[in-house]
Parts: sequence; C-alpha cells; structure tokens
Amino acid sequence: MYTQAIDLPGQPAQGPASTDAPADDALQAAFDQAIGADRKIEPQDWMPEAYRRTLVRQISQHAHSEVVGMLPEGNWITRAPSLRRKAILLAKVQDEGGHGLYLYSAAETLGVSRDAMVEALLCGKAKYSSIFNYPTLTWADMGCIGWLVDGAAIMNQIPLCRCSYGPYARAMIRVCKEESFHQRQGYELMLALCRGTPAQKAMAQQAMNRWWWPVVMMFGPSDTDSVHSAQTMKWGIKRISNDDLRQKFIDATVPQAELLGLTIPDPDLKWNAERGHYDFGPIDWSEFWRVVNGDGPCNRERLETRRRAHDNGAWVRDAALAHARKRAARARQAA
Amino acid sequence: MDSQGEPTMERAQQIEYLLRLADSPLVLAHRLSQWCGHGPVLEEDLALANISLDLLGQARLLYQHAAALAGGDASEDRYAYFRDVPEFGNFTMLELPNSGVASAGAGDPDYAFTIVRNAMYAAWQVELWQRLTDSSDAQLAAIAAKSLKEARYHLEHAADWMIRFGDGTDESHARAQRALDSLVPYASEWFVPDALDAEACAAGVGIDCAAIRSPWLERMHTIAGEATLRWPGDSEFCSTGKLGRHSEHLGYLLTEMQSVARAHPDAAW
Amino acid sequence: MSDPKSEWPLWEVFIRSKQGLEHKHCGSLHATDAQQALRMARDVYTRRQEGVSIWVVPSAAIAASAPESKDSYFEPMADKIYRHPTFYVLPDEVGHM
Repeated sequence: MYTQAIDLPGQPAQGPASTDAPADDALQAAFDQAIGADRKIEPQDWMPEAYRRTLVRQISQHAHSEVVGMLPEGNWITRAPSLRRKAILLAKVQDEGGHGLYLYSAAETLGVSRDAMVEALLCGKAKYSSIFNYPTLTWADMGCIGWLVDGAAIMNQIPLCRCSYGPYARAMIRVCKEESFHQRQGYELMLALCRGTPAQKAMAQQAMNRWWWPVVMMFGPSDTDSVHSAQTMKWGIKRISNDDLRQKFIDATVPQAELLGLTIPDPDLKWNAERGHYDFGPIDWSEFWRVVNGDGPCNRERLETRRRAHDNGAWVRDAALAHARKRAARARQAA
Repeated sequence: MDSQGEPTMERAQQIEYLLRLADSPLVLAHRLSQWCGHGPVLEEDLALANISLDLLGQARLLYQHAAALAGGDASEDRYAYFRDVPEFGNFTMLELPNSGVASAGAGDPDYAFTIVRNAMYAAWQVELWQRLTDSSDAQLAAIAAKSLKEARYHLEHAADWMIRFGDGTDESHARAQRALDSLVPYASEWFVPDALDAEACAAGVGIDCAAIRSPWLERMHTIAGEATLRWPGDSEFCSTGKLGRHSEHLGYLLTEMQSVARAHPDAAW
Repeated sequence: MSDPKSEWPLWEVFIRSKQGLEHKHCGSLHATDAQQALRMARDVYTRRQEGVSIWVVPSAAIAASAPESKDSYFEPMADKIYRHPTFYVLPDEVGHM
C-alpha cells in the first residue's frame, strides 16, 4: 500500500545513476540463496539494483505516509473534547512522527539521504498512502482513523516484520510494538461515541460512511492486475497479496462494527459461508487512481502544508549547522 | 489557623490557586501542540510533542487535585472546557500565538518565538517546582517533585536552541533578539504577587513570586549571554493574565479548544 | 536542489536499557552535533525513559567488517556500514567530531 510502482530487473534505472558494477552471476546467486533461505539482506550485502530501488521507494513512501499522516489527526488536537483524549491524540501523532524517523533511518541505509527523500515528496514525485488525502471533518474521524486506518496499516505491517531487508524488518518490529495502542484507542473512542448521545452516535456513523471505502482502497488494486506483485513476493518484500490483506481486514472489522452498532456503507456486504469470508461490493478504482495521482480531496493541501513547514524551517536548520560549525572552529582554535 | 498556629488557606482560595497553576501549562501545551506536523525538522516535532505532553500532564494533575478538593461535579474537563476567558488564570505570555504578539492570523509560526518563550517559562517553572516541593499541600508537593524533572529537561532543550539561534546565522540571531524583545515585558506579571499569591505563600501552600525574580533573571542572563543576545531594558508593562484580564488571543484559543466539548455539553468522551 | 553541505549529518544511535547488559543499535537520526544528537536520541528512541544509556556516533565514523562469506562472493567493503556510496559530504568544518 505504500508504493505504487517498482523497478523490475533488467529495466534501466531511473533517477541518479547507480555506481554499482553490473550484476555478477555469483553475487546474484548468493543473493537469491539468501532470499530463498529466508535470511536477511543487510546494508553491506550485494543486492540487485532493482531490489534496492524498490526498497528505497517503498520504505521512503512508508516514511512519508507516517509524516503526512500526522496532519489529518493533528488537525483535531486543538479541539479534542477532553484532556485525556487530547493527551492520547498528541501521543499518537508523536508516535507517527517517530515511526517516520525510524523508516527514514532504514531507507538511508540504502544510500539515499533524508533530504533527497523529503525533496522527492515535496515536489510531488514520491507518493504516500492515499488515505491521508482525505479530510478529517469531525471528532469521530479520529476514531475512524485509529480503528480503521491503523487497523488496515497493522494488517500490512505485521508481514513486513518478516521482510527480507533487515533494517526495514527491524524498523517494522519497533513500529508494530508501538502501533498496538493506536488501534485500541481508536476503537475505544468510537465505543464512547456509539454508547453516547444520539448526536455522538450520528457523528460516528457519518464518519464511518466517509472513511470505509477509502480504507478498503488503501490495500491497493488487486494483484491479478499487477505484474509487480509477483516480483516483490519473490524478493521477500511483499509477503501477502493485496486482496488477501483486504479480505482479512474486512473479515476482522465487520464484527467490530456490529459491536459498535454501526452500519458499514456497503449494501453488498454479506457473509459467504461457502468461502468462509465476507463478500463485499465493487470498489471504485477510478477514485483510488485519482487520489493517488494527486487529485484527491486534499492532496494539494497536504503537500502545501509540508512544503510550508519545510520552507519555514530552513532558517532553523541553517542556524543549527552554523552554530555547530562555529563551535567546532572554536574548539579547534582552543586545541 | 491550624493547630500549630500556621495560617491555612480557605478551600475556595486554595482551589483558585491550583487552577491558576494549572491554566498556564494547559495553555502553553495547547500552543505547542499546534506545531505538530509543522515543525522545522521531524526530530523537533517529536521534542515539542514531548514537552506539550509533559505540560498537559502537569495541568491535568493540578486540575484533578483541585477537583478532588472541590467535590461535586468538578472535574479536570469541567475546568478546562467550561470556564470562560475571565476565569482563566494563565500568564498572558503563554496565550500569545506561535507567530508572535501581533493579532491572530498574522503570520506563520515562528520557531524563535516559541523557543525563547519556552526557555523563559521553563526557567520560571524550575524555580516554581523546586520551591513547591516544600508546599504544605502534600499533593501539590508531590506534583512539584515530578514536574521539576520535566521542567529541567524543557529548559535544557529551549536553552540549547536559544543559544544556537543567538549564535547561529544573522537571521536566526535577529529572530531570537526580536522574540526576546517582545517577550520579556510579559514576564513581569510572574513576579508581582497579588492577594491570592500572598495568601498562598503565607499558608505555605504557594511560593513567594517576588523572590524568584532574581534567580530567574540570573539564569536567563546567562543563557542570553551565551546566545550573544541583548537583554532588553525594563519597561512599565505588566500583563494581567493571572488576574483573568487577558490579551485578545485567549478568546480565540478557548473558542477553538472548547468547541467540540461545548457543542455536546452532556456527553462523555 | 538538496545541497549536501546544508544537510545535518547522520548519527547512529546505541541504547542500553535500564536492565540491559550492552548497548544495542536501534537506528539513526540527523543532528548537527553530539549534544543535539544525544538529546534527540533520548526523545526519539527512549521517549525519555529513565536510567538508559545512550551512545551516538557519526555514521561516517563507523568502520565495519565485510560480511562473512566462505567463497568471497561479496566484494570486500572494509570501511563503511552502508554498502552504497554515502550520499552526502560532511561540511568540512563539522567533519571531525
């Protein structure tokens, strides 16, 4: 869900030219053997350029998702209706920033700098999860994001803990440990609303109506439409297919919604005893591609907000560097 | 008087003092939380969120203590969300927008303004919490002990940045100087006791605010000096936030903060 | 355009937990000097738990062994922890810390 395009072996590399030597049969064989034996690939190991570039794209876009994801929720910190909720939301958004940091850190082990990744995001080249291009319009949206969006993210992230690339897998383990409280808090928030006043219950249902389909789309298009999934599966980057993850998510979430007394806005949603899964209605993939390609409800706002923050912060970053240089110079003089 | 002949505080007055102590960290926590997702570098988003959470935690402990004393339907949320501007006793400095002293909506948030304010307030908090660990109000003393550690960390963070700005680039120096010049006048109210301060101090519950002016100034002068910043001269200005007479900014802040809670006054969250 | 000289250097972070026996590598972050790196590491990687010990080292200062391989299929990369050419240049003045 964090990357929409990958490089395949044999394709010309895009972007900055690789300084690696062309693939050596022995190196490739050793790499394949490691993957086959489910061993981790580490930063110093040889890897196919396409594998490296796919990981750079996926990990950095995952990091961007965490950072951009701070915005829709950050939007409600100032209006959280109780001090406890205010603290929980602030802690959650802080965690997301931290996850972004772990992921940028993992991506940097592949030879790309944080600045380069941020630049790719701000100029619109790099993507981030489509879900964060939707606006948060009521307090109940906070519950939906925690319960549904984080729930979907967890489905995706747990298999990534077994990703073949060591630093990414380890970052995901750390992320998953911290993520467990996010979904619980979101669900608890929804529970309070659904057990509350009629107005609160209505707010919860209205939020559900707006978030359900975007969340279902988060898992990405069916793998049968994608040649790329097969390659990322072979490389041990992708472990479970988009469709399987989506089905797993829906199966887990329907009973949770029932417990809340909320209606899922899908008239075709129905338990299929034969399959042992829930059948669900058709997804509007044209909306998904519109959002991914920059024309969702608030793509422009999100990017512009990040650009502004980055630009406004330039003098701060420069000041820190300038001060460090001055201190170092003084230290050298004193020595 | 209590059995030892020591002055005691009226319950209502003690509660008012606690609320005054709580309102400041709440308001500053709110201001700092507005930086989330907009910080100059991701690492600072995390640092500010940490500081904001600490301050929010301090406010909550103080509100909860006040609510326990008040009884009835008093609660941290009733204090935070259902009091109006004149009932808030936070220092005016803390309600100023992150962009500076100009009217609301006047500009982008200024990190120099935030950092200098954090440094000044944290330095004051260190003095406050240090002395409150001896408060005759045992619960307040316990809150102080915990909060002192946090305030020291906040001071370290802000002082570090203030020095980087003052002794950084020309732009950062100018911004930090501007921030210092506009903020220092708002600190006066911190050291001018009113009747409530005097009563709290006499009862051993609260601190002698005039007495901390000296150590606070000394510490701030040291930081400003290392930052190559000029400490502004004295002015006659004295803000009155702790007396409930606020700047125009608190109204906007509370309107936003309290909007959802007030739209559903009987709801639980 | 991102200017390598304007980037904050990268630091590796090692943490020993309160009950821990040794420092473990837990990730990296960007900071302009050691003092800042330590403070940031505390915020990011320990969420200010008490009693933890933090080490920060400029990434470029770490020398690493080549990955083990019986048949030397892997190019010896004696120096750096990241296989791929480092992507930034430390500003000269900050370089030796």
